[in-house]
Amino acid sequence: MSKTIMTVDDSASVRQMVSFTLKGAGYTVVEAVDGKDALTKITGAPVNMVITDLNMPNLDGIGLIRAIRALPDFKFIPIIMLTTESQDTRKQEGKSAGATGWIVKPFKPDQLLGVVKKVLG
Amino acid sequence: MSSDEGLDKGREIFIEEAQELLTELESALLELEENPADTELVGRVFRAMHTIKGSGAMFGYDDIAKFTHEVETTFDMVRNGEIPVTTNLINLTLMARDQIRTMIEASQGGPQVDEARSKEIISGFKLVMAKDSDEKEVASAESVTATDTSTTAQKEAPIGRVSIVTYRVRFRPAPELFATGTNPILLLNELREVGKATIVAQTDAIPTLEDFDPETCLTYWDIVITTDKGIDAIKDVFIFVEDLCEVKIETIDEGGVFDEDERHLKLGEILLSRGDVRLDDLKGVLGKQKKVGQILVELGITDESHVTSALAEQKHIKEVKEQKQKTDAASIRVPSEKLDKLVDLVGELVTVQARLSQTVTDFSDGVLMSISEEVERLTWELRDNTMSIRMLPIGSTFSKFKRLLRDLSADLGKEVNLTTDGADTELDKTVIEKLNDPLVHIIRNSVDHGIEQPDVRVAAGKSRYGTVHLTAGHSGANVLIQIQDDGKGLDKDVLFAKAVEKGIIQPDAELSEKEIFSLIFAPGFSTAQKLTSVSGRGVGMDVVKRNIEALRGTVDIKSTLGVGTTITLKLPLTLAIIDGLLVKVADDFFVIPLSVVQECVELTKEDIARMHNRHISNVRGAIVPYIVVREHFLVDGPRPEVEQIVVTEVEDKRVGFVVDYVIGEHQTVIKTLGRIYRDVEGISGATILGDGTVALIMDIPKLVSVVEKIESSSYETALSA
Repeated sequence: MSKTIMTVDDSASVRQMVSFTLKGAGYTVVEAVDGKDALTKITGAPVNMVITDLNMPNLDGIGLIRAIRALPDFKFIPIIMLTTESQDTRKQEGKSAGATGWIVKPFKPDQLLGVVKKVLG
Repeated sequence: MSSDEGLDKGREIFIEEAQELLTELESALLELEENPADTELVGRVFRAMHTIKGSGAMFGYDDIAKFTHEVETTFDMVRNGEIPVTTNLINLTLMARDQIRTMIEASQGGPQVDEARSKEIISGFKLVMAKDSDEKEVASAESVTATDTSTTAQKEAPIGRVSIVTYRVRFRPAPELFATGTNPILLLNELREVGKATIVAQTDAIPTLEDFDPETCLTYWDIVITTDKGIDAIKDVFIFVEDLCEVKIETIDEGGVFDEDERHLKLGEILLSRGDVRLDDLKGVLGKQKKVGQILVELGITDESHVTSALAEQKHIKEVKEQKQKTDAASIRVPSEKLDKLVDLVGELVTVQARLSQTVTDFSDGVLMSISEEVERLTWELRDNTMSIRMLPIGSTFSKFKRLLRDLSADLGKEVNLTTDGADTELDKTVIEKLNDPLVHIIRNSVDHGIEQPDVRVAAGKSRYGTVHLTAGHSGANVLIQIQDDGKGLDKDVLFAKAVEKGIIQPDAELSEKEIFSLIFAPGFSTAQKLTSVSGRGVGMDVVKRNIEALRGTVDIKSTLGVGTTITLKLPLTLAIIDGLLVKVADDFFVIPLSVVQECVELTKEDIARMHNRHISNVRGAIVPYIVVREHFLVDGPRPEVEQIVVTEVEDKRVGFVVDYVIGEHQTVIKTLGRIYRDVEGISGATILGDGTVALIMDIPKLVSVVEKIESSSYETALSA
């Protein structure tokens, strides 16, 4: 059975790129536009992994990571955050919130797949 | 060998190696341009420079060593993250690369090196370095010492070879690892992909069941890993968990450094060799002895799992050493003349073997027969093996074109990407060498005439980046090479009008699409509106066709207007062997390459009479002109009642060749003809048959064009008379 990955980003183009790349590699993809949307969609969905942006309206990436880790079903799933080169402190925050790893934007499809393979197997 | 000779030999190898390194350098630089943050690529550039410098100095190329040193220093700073990778740096380094090549060529008797240009490039590098050191003087002072240590570290590893290093890794995750969604098993699996890894899990920190918390990670791992990818590749595996886990990496074997066999004879062995003890007694005593690990565990100094881990490391190192000994012998460098000589000898062996088989058949002796068959099997195997030694992957040629395309698109203001496929396809070395020029011409044409300017592309609804796609692949005994572009395609009407204007065809000529496309291969044909510096003056494509045909290959072209053009080259795997059709005319044998043969039909005296002695035959309703081989080569003797026409197809034209008998398929080793026969047109070589007779190999395209020329001139003479 193919694994399901949720991509959370307020930028449609990033979602599009992530989604297209992952679908091409045989994953099922669920898209969410921000943290709040993600939390609504994740409950009941068989999500195996989350890739989230950090800066989003309504509920930001850090908040989302904390919220997901608080859900018993998703306590141990891999969560990858999308950061930029300059966001080192945000990266630390994300890590202490329970993120598994990070990808620095901009990234290429191969890098994305490399990280997914690394944390999801 | 005197020491002078040794030095010369070393120089030769250096030149060869430097050429390879420069190619590698170029492709690394071009990749680096795309991924400026890739430290591995920076490492590749650095290593290439380092090796050129090191061996250059060793063989007395001080100018090259001095020049390369500056570039190396710069890249060492890049490697340490002190200088960013910029387009300027890439351009500068590419220039330096070309300059090094000029220096090497100059030492080989090529044109003189432009010293001013060398100075210019070096000052360019100094500028790049200076910019940085202004900002952090202290850092660069530190980097000097860093450079020194890294250079000595590199020297220990054999130059020009990838060093294989064994590391000992202890990976002890923090108990709360699972809370970050990390699965340590995946990390271990990833580590296994980096190199040969032996992993032992340590469970001594796990408490009894009542105190056990399944959400904490208490297991830790001892890993011994052997890899050529360097310590960074191992660190990368743990990049997400490095601040949460203890990851200790130690180097335990730096490929070759501890290779010395320092084994001493054991006491028992000495006693045994002196005859003081008997083997059985010794074995009995040794059986009673306890192993070190067992003693340590019993004394409570360490526990069993740590001993297991240490034993695993011992076993791993042993295996790696054995593996290394195998791979060390796996590759040697041989001058290509030696290989050519080998191919020649094998060719002669094949001939002798054929004679042997034929002779043995006459004796009808069972024992002799079976020996002969054995020899035959071995000969063919030897032949196939020898041929495969000459095979090289086409990839190195492909990477050269990356540079070509980059420079071309810059010159023409176009944006073009090169993608390749099947770079590992193997071809005869000679074929690869002769393929270079035709491919350069085709790619130039694709970029110059095919790919449009970016704004034109955008207006046509295409991506502004054009693509040239190179593919290589096997197809039976042939290799297909495709050059595909997504440019504007060929315009049939324009081609036709141009050909009429150039007087290549008549205005009322009726041509198929394929024939019109083939016009671009006609001599003196050029569709470019004006001459550019790139495509030259229309001498390219006809030369391409001739070169490919000289390799006994064919060129095919397909195009869709507005979508793009695909040129397919079909080439034989090797030049030394040919599949042919053996035919006989009177007492002479000829071989017609099987690749052009379509079919064989009979030709009777009545058929000739029906066509009024004109050299035309009717092959199932189609008119096929023929050439009478016996007339062309002036073979004496009466013509048999029924002759054979071997129908061939060359450049979409069908031409028959009339011979006395068709003997059958014949795989032959090609022998070149001597100097005296060099100018004979229509014969491309010779081969020796089983009984020692010589058969000539016919050059079909050449024969057709020669006969065409004779016919048209006699026609004109007839008209003027």
